[in-house]
Amino acid sequence: MTEPRYDEIEPGTALPRLTHVIRRGDLVRYAGASGDFNPIHWSERAATEAGLPTIIAHGMLTLGVAMRLVSEWAGREAVLECGGRFARPVVVPDDDAGVELVVDGVVAEKLDDSRVRVELTVRCDGEKVLARPRAVVALA
Amino acid sequence: MPLNPAFAGRVYPATTPYRIGREKIREFAEAIGDTRDEQAAPPTFAIALTLRAEVAVVSDPELGLDMTRLLHREQRFDHRRAIRDGDELTVTVTITEVDRVGGTDVVTLTSDLRTVAGEHVCTTTSTLIAQGDD
Repeated sequence: MTEPRYDEIEPGTALPRLTHVIRRGDLVRYAGASGDFNPIHWSERAATEAGLPTIIAHGMLTLGVAMRLVSEWAGREAVLECGGRFARPVVVPDDDAGVELVVDGVVAEKLDDSRVRVELTVRCDGEKVLARPRAVVALA
Repeated sequence: MPLNPAFAGRVYPATTPYRIGREKIREFAEAIGDTRDEQAAPPTFAIALTLRAEVAVVSDPELGLDMTRLLHREQRFDHRRAIRDGDELTVTVTITEVDRVGGTDVVTLTSDLRTVAGEHVCTTTSTLIAQGDD
C-alpha cells in the first residue's frame, strides 16, 4: 500500500472503511494479550452483577480495532495521539456470529509539522459506540 | 460511599521495568485483528502496561472505588514515539482527579512511560468509573 503523503491529503479525505467481527473468544484473547482481566468481559455473572445486560467487549479492544484504521493507513509509527470515550457498551452475544464493528475515518484538519487530525466513527448495529474517537498522525 | 478526595494529586513510584518483546507486540496486535509483524507496537499497546499499574492504584481500599462495578470511560494516548521491540519501560501513575458525578465515581489517571534510560515515550490518560446502583 502506498503511504499517504501530507502534500496530497486534503481535509475531507476519507480513509478506507474497516470492519471487524468480535466474538466471545476474542475477548478472552484480548484479556490475555492486554492483561485486562476484568471479569465483566468473560463472566456472565460478573457482568450482570455489575448492572450490564450481558458480557461486553473491552472498551480498549474497540478502540484498538478502531485505531487500526489509522495505523494501517499511515503506519504504526505515524500515530502520535489517539483516543476516545466509551459511550455505549459493545454487547457480545454467546454465538458464532458475534458482533460487527464498522470503522470510518476522515481527515478533519491539516496541522503543522506534516501532521493531520483524523476523526473516526465507530458503529455497532448502526449506533456510535465511541464518542470523539480521533487521532493525530504524522505523514511523510 | 464517596471516594477519598485525598488521593487526588498522588504520584506513585515507577513500576518495575517491563521489557517489550516482538512476540508480545505480535500477540497484542493479533488480539485487535492486526496480523502484521512489526518492530513498532500498535498505537494502543501502552494500555498493556498502564491499565495494570492503574488498577493496582485504584484497588486501594482507602480510595473507596467499587471494583466490582469498574468500567473504563475514556482513554487517550500521547506518544513522543511508538513503543518498540526492545524497549524497557517503567510506568509512573498519577491520580489527577477524584470526583463523583451524578452517582458515578470517577477517577482520572495519567501514566508516563519512560525507558530505563529516562527517555519519555508516551503519556496516557485514563478515566475509570464505578456506577452507582441506581
